[in-house]
Amino acid sequence: MPQPAVQLINVTKQFGQVVAVDNISLDIEDGEFFSLLGPSGCGKTTTLRMIAGLEVTTMGQILIHGKPMHQTPSFKRPVNTVFQNYALFPHMTIEKNVAFGLEMRGVPKEEIGAQVREALEMVQLPQMAKRRPRQLSGGQQQRIALARALVNRPEVLLLDEPLGALDLKLRKAMQLELKALQSQVGITFVYVTHDQEEALTMSDRIAVMDQGLILQVGAPREIYERPSCRFVADFIGETNFMDGRVTGVDGSNVTVEVDGEVAILATSETPVSVGQEVTVAIRPEKFVLGGVGRVRGRIREVIYIGTDWRYIIQLTSRSEVVARQQNLDPVHSASLRPGEEIGLSWEPYQAMVLTE
Amino acid sequence: MITGTKREKAPRIISRAVTTPMIRIGGWSLSVYALLFYLFLYGPIIILIVYSFNDSRFPTQWAGFSLRWYERLFNNRAMGAALRNSLIVTTSSTLISTVIGTMISVAMERYRFKGKTPLDAMLFLPIIIPDIAMAIMLVAFFGLAHMRLGFVTIIISHVAFNISFVAIVVRARLAAIDPRLEEAAADLYANEWQAFWRITFPLLLPGILGGALLAFTLSLDDYVITFFTSGPGSTTLPLRIYGMVKTGITPEVNAISSLMLLASLGLVVLSLWLQGKGE
Amino acid sequence: MLREAQTRRERLVLRVLLVPTLFWLIIFFMVPLLVIFVYSFMTRQVPVGIDFPLHLGNYIRFADILYIKIFWRSFVIALLTTAICLLMGYPLAFWMSRQPAKVRNTLLLLLMIPFWTNFVVRTYALKFFLFRQGIMNNVLTGIGLIDEPLLVMYTPTAVVIGLVYGWVVEMILPLYACMADLDNSLLEAAQDLYASRFKVFWRVILPLTLPGIAAGSILVFVPALGAYITPDLLGGSKTAMIGNIIADQFGASADWAFGSALSFVLMAIMLVGTLLYFRILRGDSSV
Repeated sequence: MPQPAVQLINVTKQFGQVVAVDNISLDIEDGEFFSLLGPSGCGKTTTLRMIAGLEVTTMGQILIHGKPMHQTPSFKRPVNTVFQNYALFPHMTIEKNVAFGLEMRGVPKEEIGAQVREALEMVQLPQMAKRRPRQLSGGQQQRIALARALVNRPEVLLLDEPLGALDLKLRKAMQLELKALQSQVGITFVYVTHDQEEALTMSDRIAVMDQGLILQVGAPREIYERPSCRFVADFIGETNFMDGRVTGVDGSNVTVEVDGEVAILATSETPVSVGQEVTVAIRPEKFVLGGVGRVRGRIREVIYIGTDWRYIIQLTSRSEVVARQQNLDPVHSASLRPGEEIGLSWEPYQAMVLTE
Repeated sequence: MITGTKREKAPRIISRAVTTPMIRIGGWSLSVYALLFYLFLYGPIIILIVYSFNDSRFPTQWAGFSLRWYERLFNNRAMGAALRNSLIVTTSSTLISTVIGTMISVAMERYRFKGKTPLDAMLFLPIIIPDIAMAIMLVAFFGLAHMRLGFVTIIISHVAFNISFVAIVVRARLAAIDPRLEEAAADLYANEWQAFWRITFPLLLPGILGGALLAFTLSLDDYVITFFTSGPGSTTLPLRIYGMVKTGITPEVNAISSLMLLASLGLVVLSLWLQGKGE
Repeated sequence: MLREAQTRRERLVLRVLLVPTLFWLIIFFMVPLLVIFVYSFMTRQVPVGIDFPLHLGNYIRFADILYIKIFWRSFVIALLTTAICLLMGYPLAFWMSRQPAKVRNTLLLLLMIPFWTNFVVRTYALKFFLFRQGIMNNVLTGIGLIDEPLLVMYTPTAVVIGLVYGWVVEMILPLYACMADLDNSLLEAAQDLYASRFKVFWRVILPLTLPGIAAGSILVFVPALGAYITPDLLGGSKTAMIGNIIADQFGASADWAFGSALSFVLMAIMLVGTLLYFRILRGDSSV
């Protein structure tokens, strides 16, 4: 069994009275693209900075390839960071920026030149060697920051929202590029982001964080399809939540009565008992509209968003759900109008029972 | 920023874009007034310089162009000694206060620590306290400590007021440097020492030089504190000029004053150049 | 972004950074301040020196009409200086702030040059201009405006002129900074709303530049009140200000105790002034 690249054991970070990271434990496997995902202030960046050695842990242990890092200052750790605003040294040329880490480690001068060139070629910017950071575009600076970190062949590369400052199109292109680069170099990436789509696109595994806690760790599909709690289901993608009471349990199949009006068939990962208050979560795209359906509702609003149609459907006197249908057949979809009654159906395993 | 004494000369070039068409309030009369104002500011200085080239012994009778007062100045031994003393005091106090002021700036701009607010207040005091009060408290202290008045006491006093001024300039510059750059250096295997000299220092250099320049000017400018803390043999240039001015008006004072003006003009140009470099 | 010194190493670095300043300012600033504070309650020794017991006598001496007069004179001179600087500086700052950017920078530079010049030299330049056979009198009698030379030197007038000359730039800089922030569209909006020129000034410009006026006034008033060089060189013995009296106590009069008490009163006045300044600044940010 290989050593995890990064291991956090009961790590806590306090700033004065504020607990930024609250007793988290985590294994990040070697060669993995691992994302820390969460809203701002959830502790993801602090976690990353502790791995980098830029913050000292208040409690707990951080190990990199099995070696405890407690006594190791930032400049001796086998990790490198791509900072949020790149933090390129403005008074040095691109070449000097990339060479900085190698120089500090005492790599012989002859080797530095070759390695720098190689790193710049890897990010496809060899012609920028003599320029200054401010002469480069945001996307180019981002690549240089990447080259400056990767040229040191770190055991782990830490990325703190590296694409945050780029515009949407460039960000999408860079996501794919980063992913490709990661599988090419085979280095473990720990990636901090608040953008759920970005995390889903790039990661092998994701840890969702909120208020200093890790709520769920898993592959993108697991996180999306089987969120462990309401926060995760809500933070990642769009979800309909319906609060209700369990009326029947048959193995993992559960019947939940919502608002005392409609019965919803759902699946529960954890055992529940009759009478328990639970929340049922269904993603909008999982609904099938038309026919008799499992339940019936009345269309309140129809919204056209190009790739999809969105319908806001009144399910009970109190609950509304959003359903999403791909825009495959414009004629058919357009025939659904506000005020119409319609049947909704779904596969029971698509409706998740959440107990917290 | 507040200034309280003549020592406050921190560079403060403020330029903001006002590009929209001018509104005419006052119009012509204001422009004429502005001209008169600058005349008021520069008139006495220009007259002073012109008369430093006057061949006459009497200050207001123009007797033709001459360099005799400058010649006399260069042969004036006491003046030479005063210049030397001034350079000793100014250079040492500038060096010491620049190093100390830069160190405290890094502490204040990069760290959070207990007792920071009182320290900030203490740094602020030498700026607002009147020269005369600072002068007498230092001379009282030196007397009590049985320290002989001379170069050492002058330099100590100049450093005591200059640390604060250096800190103002350096801190302003340091605040504009992203602390992430230092973290990036640490992340790239540079220890604190290497990170400071390779990253922070080069970026901070214009600020440090600006602070040093301010300290130099203030130290060279100071009369009141130097007068009280100096002893025999440590008379500086402002002290000697002051003595001459007190006793009367001579063309020689005009000459030395003109040279001082030239020197400060050089310092202004230097400080502007540094500011330009800093941006 | 400030950080806590987290490791032992960092705490050491922080200590090294702090110690020289703490040492210097405590030993050579705070302790001397304390010394004269204690001195101000002590008793003068004849001919020179100072001794116990402690008493309030030095402060009570202010009641003497002589010192009340000097304080009052210093106060009036400083106030007059501030008012004249404001009247002179305000229109200039406004005019400057409405010039094109390039011109403005040159104008600022022209303000900075005298400002960086040795104060003694500048005061001397003024003396050279003002004295009995000076250029001013030559020109004025030359064009027949006056018959007899004006005897300005060694009068309170000379001191006020000297202080204005020395400090007017301090008034202009904060005023200018304030006015450069003043958006032209505000003035245009006011005019658009039927305000006359005077009303634009009274209702819009003046209230918006109040913080600049406050800052500039303090920057002039405080050093003017503590002036030493200007009254000494231009005023002569009959127009001595507080600063000169304090200096005298540590010179010819050799009454350190009284000199210390005088200094403390002076510093107290300035502290009040400075606190007032910050109060006004804070008031401004909340508006």
